[in-house]
Amino acid sequence: MGIVSRAFSGRSREHDPNLPPGQYLTEDFPVLSAGPTPEVDTADWEFTIRSESGQVHRWSWDELHALPIDDVGTDIHCVTRWSKLGTSWRGVSLDTLFADVDTSFEYVMAHSYGGYTTNVPLDDLLDGKAWIAFEFDGEGLEPEHGGPARLLVPHLYFWKSAKWIRGLVMMEDDDPGFWEQNGYHIYGDPWLEQRYW
Amino acid sequence: MDWEVGTVIETSTQTPTARSLTLDVPSWPGNIAGQHIDLRLTAEDGYTAVRSYSLASSGPDSRLELAVDKLPTGEVSPYLVDVALPGDQLELRGPLGGWFVWRPEEPGSVQPVAVQLIAGGSGIVPLMAMIRSHAVSASLAPFRLLYSVRTPDDVFYAEELARLEKESDLLAVTYVYTRRTPPGWPVPAGRITDSALESAAFPATDAPAVFVCGPTGFVENLATRLVALGHDPADVKTERFGGA
Ligand SMILES: Cc1cc2nc3c(=O)[nH]c(=O)nc-3n(C[C@H](O)[C@H](O)[C@H](O)COP(=O)(O)OP(=O)(O)OC[C@H]3O[C@@H](n4cnc5c(N)ncnc54)[C@H](O)[C@@H]3O)c2cc1C
Repeated sequence: MGIVSRAFSGRSREHDPNLPPGQYLTEDFPVLSAGPTPEVDTADWEFTIRSESGQVHRWSWDELHALPIDDVGTDIHCVTRWSKLGTSWRGVSLDTLFADVDTSFEYVMAHSYGGYTTNVPLDDLLDGKAWIAFEFDGEGLEPEHGGPARLLVPHLYFWKSAKWIRGLVMMEDDDPGFWEQNGYHIYGDPWLEQRYW
Repeated sequence: MDWEVGTVIETSTQTPTARSLTLDVPSWPGNIAGQHIDLRLTAEDGYTAVRSYSLASSGPDSRLELAVDKLPTGEVSPYLVDVALPGDQLELRGPLGGWFVWRPEEPGSVQPVAVQLIAGGSGIVPLMAMIRSHAVSASLAPFRLLYSVRTPDDVFYAEELARLEKESDLLAVTYVYTRRTPPGWPVPAGRITDSALESAAFPATDAPAVFVCGPTGFVENLATRLVALGHDPADVKTERFGGA
């Protein structure tokens, strides 16, 4: 146990088993971004996946919406220590988007409108673990929360759920993305408190 | 990264709701202006609460300075503002964050980049570290601070900012009062207007490095407007403290 802080009693001791270590519950939806929120018009929006052969799979906004859409209920955990439980999203599973992608590389760099990047192992995006999400709580996703569409990888800290997602590029090695180069953990498991490196 | 122990050595009232704390952290590796720490409080029964706080200090010194504004219903900030005393030990981890930082340019740089700082309330803290770092460096970068506060009583570091501004031709400070202005102030209390932004801040054509810090809503609003005024989004770095 750490050093006891004199005369600190703290707030509530109810421990919610759904809350990873060091996280607190919030009803708000705080925002973590490194810069301004980009405005992306859905008329120009596209999402791509590029594999090592150079082949590019491409979806427009309408093409994405023509794919099977999942309702996703999940908890989300931000590295800045807030968690929101039972959030609801709609989006397209990455299993669907990767169905025709031929790759032997095991890592992915997610690229966003605005230039941000984050790295994720491919295994963490497949088997019902990740989506391209465009609705939150029954509404179109607000730009400050990553709209028109963001990556949703809720089992990792939420910075991995790249806002304003534009594309995924397959990588041979697990190269660090923007936040990872700026001090955040290369993998980011909230249950292991992998916040910083 | 392990938790390190800091001893409170001094506290100083900044505003009716905020104070600064100087901590001595013998193991501190030094930090760059703009970085923050995670601070952990532990109750008798082992319960812990952790929050992030920016550093108003930078450099190799083992003395760190925080400045904390009290959210009356908050768990950690009232403790730091009203309870912690010199001699108390606090646990912390850092320095954290490698993006929202400013470093003096290399000596002999042809054209130092102008720096535009925009603070809302306690958002001044990491920007104060930049202003102080600039003041003790040989940097020739012109600095402007646009500082939004509720009332004249809510200014953090009021005297130091006035002194630094007086001592340096490179620093200009402009206040915007959102609730109550000083007597005889030329404009009524209110949010930062476009004309205030345009008259007090470096224009986009100067391509300044911009740092915006404060409550999330404040930062969101200002960053969007700066981009609309032509600033390259890549030049606008933001730190969101939370809240609405
Ligand atoms: C990188 C970073 C640096 C920070 N640096 C500083 C600093 O230098 N000085 C400082 O005073 N604070 C700073 N903060 C904010 C700080 O971490 C805490 O959020 C704040 O002190 C409130 O904590 P609390 O435990 O008192 O309140 P909590 O118990 O966490 O929250 C009480 C309520 O207030 C809301 N809330 C949380 N933060 C804010 C806010 N900023 N404004 C309005 N409402 C809020 C919460 O959503 C909650 O509903 C920083 C935050 C970040 C992410």
